[in-house]
Amino acid sequence: MSLIHVEGLSVSYGARMALSDVSLRIEPNEIVTIVGPNGSGKTSLLRAIIGAVKPLAGSIVHASNLKIGYVPQKLHIDETLPITVSRFLRLPGGLADVDYALKQAGVPELEKEQLSQLSGGQFQRVLLARALIGKPDLLLLDEATQGLDQRGSASFYQQIETVRKATGCAILMISHELHVVMSASDRVICLNGHVCCEGAPAAVASAPEYRALFGTGTGGALALYRHEHDHDHGDHCHNQDAE
Amino acid sequence: MFDDFMVRAALAGIGLAFASAPLGCFVVWRRMAYFGDATAHAAILGVALSLAFSMSIFVGTVVVALLMALVVSVLSEKGYAMDTLLGVLAHSALAFGLVAVSFLSGIRIDLMAYLFGDILAVSRGDLSVIWGGAALVVSLIGWRWSGLLTSTLNADLAYANGINPKREQLVLTIALAITVAVAIKVVGVLLIAAMLIIPAAAARPMSRTPEGMAIAAGLIGMLSTIIGLQAAYVLDTPAGPSIVCVTAITFIFTSFLKLLGHRR
Repeated sequence: MSLIHVEGLSVSYGARMALSDVSLRIEPNEIVTIVGPNGSGKTSLLRAIIGAVKPLAGSIVHASNLKIGYVPQKLHIDETLPITVSRFLRLPGGLADVDYALKQAGVPELEKEQLSQLSGGQFQRVLLARALIGKPDLLLLDEATQGLDQRGSASFYQQIETVRKATGCAILMISHELHVVMSASDRVICLNGHVCCEGAPAAVASAPEYRALFGTGTGGALALYRHEHDHDHGDHCHNQDAE
Repeated sequence: MFDDFMVRAALAGIGLAFASAPLGCFVVWRRMAYFGDATAHAAILGVALSLAFSMSIFVGTVVVALLMALVVSVLSEKGYAMDTLLGVLAHSALAFGLVAVSFLSGIRIDLMAYLFGDILAVSRGDLSVIWGGAALVVSLIGWRWSGLLTSTLNADLAYANGINPKREQLVLTIALAITVAVAIKVVGVLLIAAMLIIPAAAARPMSRTPEGMAIAAGLIGMLSTIIGLQAAYVLDTPAGPSIVCVTAITFIFTSFLKLLGHRR
């Protein structure tokens, strides 16, 4: 049975539609990556799944007893709030296996540090540890490597892969880093207010439109791209305005 | 013991410090310093309305302070800039309050008492109101502590943990309204925000955990009350402001200690 079954989901902020009629399923143990331009509703989709925004229409069904670990896009810890890593990991549950989570995230030595003193890379690892602490069945990552350099983000995604091997959890992540998407994902979902296309990365990547989209300039490593679908949906990605 | 006005004043101040310590920490962490101001200024309007309708002043201030806090919460969600909103509401509430008071013919009230408070005039009845309110506020915050803390760190993290940050914000809002209503007679409107923020700010440099900061803020608030009252007695200075001065000196002191610690 699917961990999450999203059916006909629509989300709006006031008059602006962020998502319309989005349907998808996440199966156990798979890594699914969401790609899409800015403002395409990627973050709204994750926020709807954790219950932070109410859907305008549609349904989100969680498997029974589904435990979700969530790594937010960015998190600003106010200087005025003193808190150690281990206290942060214990919120809000109280009892928690802090050692286990920090080891899984690859930063066992940070337990007693102050949260506001961490580097960007360490901080993302701690957020990952916090998401892992409840031993989740599904991990949601919202551009978790934003602000990290290439080496930092590569090692972060290696850690994610290690985590999946060790715990068997499924992963749904948003990423702009297409080399990661192509190498690490089982499935790619292309979002632009609605699901434009989805499939195995190899199939998506072999599409000529995809090549036109991502294959130039940086060699597909870090492509910033425009993506303007004309709603001619086939089995792979279309692009009318490749750059 | 309760016959001595100095003892009653000290107990009133300690009760206020007890309630405002954990609340003040959240006000500081969430950058809501002016939220306390706005709520406190609205309380003047509450005082005027209570007198006009001959209600208890406590009830009037609680109701108006709550309304104010709710209006701020709702409007800030609608996308108004928080500082502008608080500036508009705080000052207009105070102005409307002062105008409303002037309509009350026949009753001469001492507005200065509500603006600056008179901790030396605290009665036994006031003491029970203050301590009742303080106990309510502290148990409310203690009960919601984890949820409040998680929501303060990040709203989406809270949602992912099944906590509704809007509900937690409401808890904080209610606690703030109760504290203002309780404190108005003791330190007065203008000094309530100071008692909320300064002990928490003074506690920050010496704390490593949120709980430690709340406890340290409480201790600083209580000690400042006792020292400030003694100083006021010896130097013949106004009691409420003297207490706030002591908290401010503590803030300078702990900040310096922190700086020295960095230098070593």
